[in-house]
Amino acid sequence: MHEYSIVTALLEQCEQHAEANNANKITKVVIKVGVLSGVEPALLQTAFDTFKLEGPAHEAQLTIKHQPLVIECAQCGSINQLEERSIVCPNCNSFNTKILEGEEMLLMQLELETD
Amino acid sequence: MCKDCGCSITRHDSAHQHEHSHDHHHGHHHDELHSNPQLNDIKTLSVINKILDKNDHEAAHNRAHFEANNITAFNLMSSPGSGKTTLLEHLKEYTSLKYAVIEGDLETSRDADRLKAKGIEAYQIQTGSACHLDAFMVHSALHHVDLAPLDICFVENVGNLVCPASYDVGTHLNVVLVSVPEGDDKVEKYPVMFRKADLVLITKADLLPHFDFSIEEAQAQVKKLNPEASVLTVSIKDSDSMFAVANWLNEHRRAN
Repeated sequence: MHEYSIVTALLEQCEQHAEANNANKITKVVIKVGVLSGVEPALLQTAFDTFKLEGPAHEAQLTIKHQPLVIECAQCGSINQLEERSIVCPNCNSFNTKILEGEEMLLMQLELETD
Repeated sequence: MCKDCGCSITRHDSAHQHEHSHDHHHGHHHDELHSNPQLNDIKTLSVINKILDKNDHEAAHNRAHFEANNITAFNLMSSPGSGKTTLLEHLKEYTSLKYAVIEGDLETSRDADRLKAKGIEAYQIQTGSACHLDAFMVHSALHHVDLAPLDICFVENVGNLVCPASYDVGTHLNVVLVSVPEGDDKVEKYPVMFRKADLVLITKADLLPHFDFSIEEAQAQVKKLNPEASVLTVSIKDSDSMFAVANWLNEHRRAN
């Protein structure tokens, strides 16, 4: 259960952005979570709803964008979105691929308010 | 200067222009992820920021510590009981490389004590209830270890196949262990962890006759997720297999 420490890092980052923009309230937080990022979105949501209560994000709504795995094949050049957790090119079965999306955990957007 | 610890390694918390000098292991493309806030309207702020960027900066700082001392650092991860500590206890007999171990456990300093009893320098981090080590914990521990004489530093993570995979602790390479009694399907069940591995060690291989563990199946599953990873089968009772591990570690040391 490392989702609590991830949410703590996320809220800290949001608060810094709010402060830098002279806002005192965070109303919306949008994050992108890759299928291979190692976090469980439902647990992130629960952790966020618990931890936000302490600070300027106490009314914030969390939107989680689920990012599927997207790979680019070095062999045939195709770019594919995969349902299974594998990096094998579905087009030519090559193992020589690169993950373009699906491993990351990013803060994408914030909605801020100033009273 | 490193504000927290007074060490002489430059910190890069906010100095993004220096990031390229760090070896951001495992393709962390920080250059694409600069904090670049743009105010779209009064309220909406678009950012693309790694959620764990503070941890990642600290990890880069740890790597700089290791590199300043010509050390290659390996992060050992597995379920509890796969044989991380046992491997490190016995490795000493198969290599002349000098190594120390940073140990992570929820409670007790039993693992560090086991290693010290074998003459291996070890420092225990007790995480309390935290299920993983992060770069900050490892950084504090580094200040208790004499790095100068070392060739290798192992970070033995908290026994857990899930959470440690999300945290860069500042090591150079990841070693993931799976023991024969755990079953070959562990790879498929915990894809994020095995995706991170540079070396997968199938441990307790002396038990293969007693379990339905298929080495071929485990290798096939690793290849599907992570074709670059090496897979070695090891038992502390088989000295050839232990020499093979020692060789792999030696061959994958950073070029100084």
